[in-house]
Amino acid sequence: MPRLDGKTLLLTGGASGIGAATARIAIDEGANVVVADLQVEAGEKLAAELGAKALFVRLDVTDEASWIDAVAKTIARFGKLDGLLNGAGVGVAASIEACTLAEFQRVYRINGLGVALGCKHAVLAMKSTGGGSIVNISSILGLRGQPTTPAYSASKGAVRLLTKHVAIHCGQHGYGIRCNSVHPGYIDTPMIAPRLATTIDNMTGRQFLESLHPMGRLGRAEEIAKMVVFLLSDDSSFSTGAEFVADGGVTA
Amino acid sequence: MSEDLVGKVAIVTGGASGIGDATCRLLARHGASVVVADIQDDLGARVAREIGPLAWFHKLDVAVEAEWEALLAAVLARHGRLDILVNNAGISGGTNSVEDFTVELWDRTHAINLDGVFLGCKHAIGAMKTTSVRKPEGGGAIVNISSIAGLIGSAGPFAYTASKGAVRLLTKSVAAWCAQERNGIRCNSVHPGGIDTPIFNPLWQMVGHEAGKNFIGSRHPIGHMGEPGDIAEAVLYLASDRSKFVTGSELVADGGITSGVQRRTLFAAP
Repeated sequence: MPRLDGKTLLLTGGASGIGAATARIAIDEGANVVVADLQVEAGEKLAAELGAKALFVRLDVTDEASWIDAVAKTIARFGKLDGLLNGAGVGVAASIEACTLAEFQRVYRINGLGVALGCKHAVLAMKSTGGGSIVNISSILGLRGQPTTPAYSASKGAVRLLTKHVAIHCGQHGYGIRCNSVHPGYIDTPMIAPRLATTIDNMTGRQFLESLHPMGRLGRAEEIAKMVVFLLSDDSSFSTGAEFVADGGVTA
Repeated sequence: MSEDLVGKVAIVTGGASGIGDATCRLLARHGASVVVADIQDDLGARVAREIGPLAWFHKLDVAVEAEWEALLAAVLARHGRLDILVNNAGISGGTNSVEDFTVELWDRTHAINLDGVFLGCKHAIGAMKTTSVRKPEGGGAIVNISSIAGLIGSAGPFAYTASKGAVRLLTKSVAAWCAQERNGIRCNSVHPGGIDTPIFNPLWQMVGHEAGKNFIGSRHPIGHMGEPGDIAEAVLYLASDRSKFVTGSELVADGGITSGVQRRTLFAAP
């Protein structure tokens, strides 16, 4: 039997990168998939390609009303919600000295508050319908320091810890809801595309990022998506509040 | 009294009470000039007065960038330098969980606990890198007060937990940046367990100070809550040159909470 048979999943950042890769695998594994994203064109195109078991909803993760609307549309179409991937995020490089407060707050609002609101509305939707699984995309930068990403680092540290609160809160209340964080290394997605063309220490950005990984290469979105699918499925039924690292060895 | 901070200038946010109050007093005892920075005027002025000539009070709302700029200008005008920043100001935000937190509460908690630390780091680096002593054993030191809530999960306040996780990793980013820049500035986080400070006032009001202290103390393997001075000692170490090889690290002072998975065991000792 497919691992996500009959489950309905809401995937933020679903139009590209890790979100889109998760959507494709989830469909193959029998799930109903709601592609939720600000990128309407790419999201609608992907949902159409995935067929009748997919739906696109426009979602601004920083807007609570938008979350309420997205969850309502999910339930209206598929009956209930069984899993949430908080995959939407932005990466910005600016040192602590260069980063403005407005930019710091913008990144944290998307990557931090966006995940928090997703957890809130997924818990509210799933606690009375038998539970479910929430997967939050943090980063290796939620585990280790990086000099030019104070806002991103802060937001990913927040996701790492708020995930544990959700896990403990839901565990203690007997909701049957699990919540885990995933910590990817550098993955070849649109988020890092602008970095790949730059140069540093006589290397291209791609060569530099590859060199950070003991495995000598960037990760692929599919490699993270497979971990996400494991966590959204019942195969991970005793895992909650935990940190799942897929980073080609960076943090080793 | 030790004189390891003589000639150094320190800013302590949230310096009017709790861990900040104890830190101001300890840094001054070790010879530092201390700026008690807090939004609570009366308490802050009193702490400065009680410390004596080495301390002065400056009113600061850590969430407002213009107030940081004014503070740094005042410190440089008065002392010509900055060596130590302790980002201690913080709030619990009150009881909230993933289910019932509001965006308003999230924003209010993060304005103080995270934006305040971000702004402090940003503006302190600017001041320290041009004014602090630059020699192998010198340089500036930034100490950010996170929490055990930044290390392990809890069902406690949701927005607070997120903010303390953010401070933990922001600290490492700042440390990595300063190391890369070779500007001599170090940045570390401190992770206190339950400390008997006004942040617990709502609990004290509900169950009484002694009963509350005993309850929280019983959650610590060591059997009691910490005192503000216990954390001030950790801050002193990270602020002084004795920790000159320490940056981007996490100093835990929590009575053992994060050291084990349970307070009692089924597995009897032999």
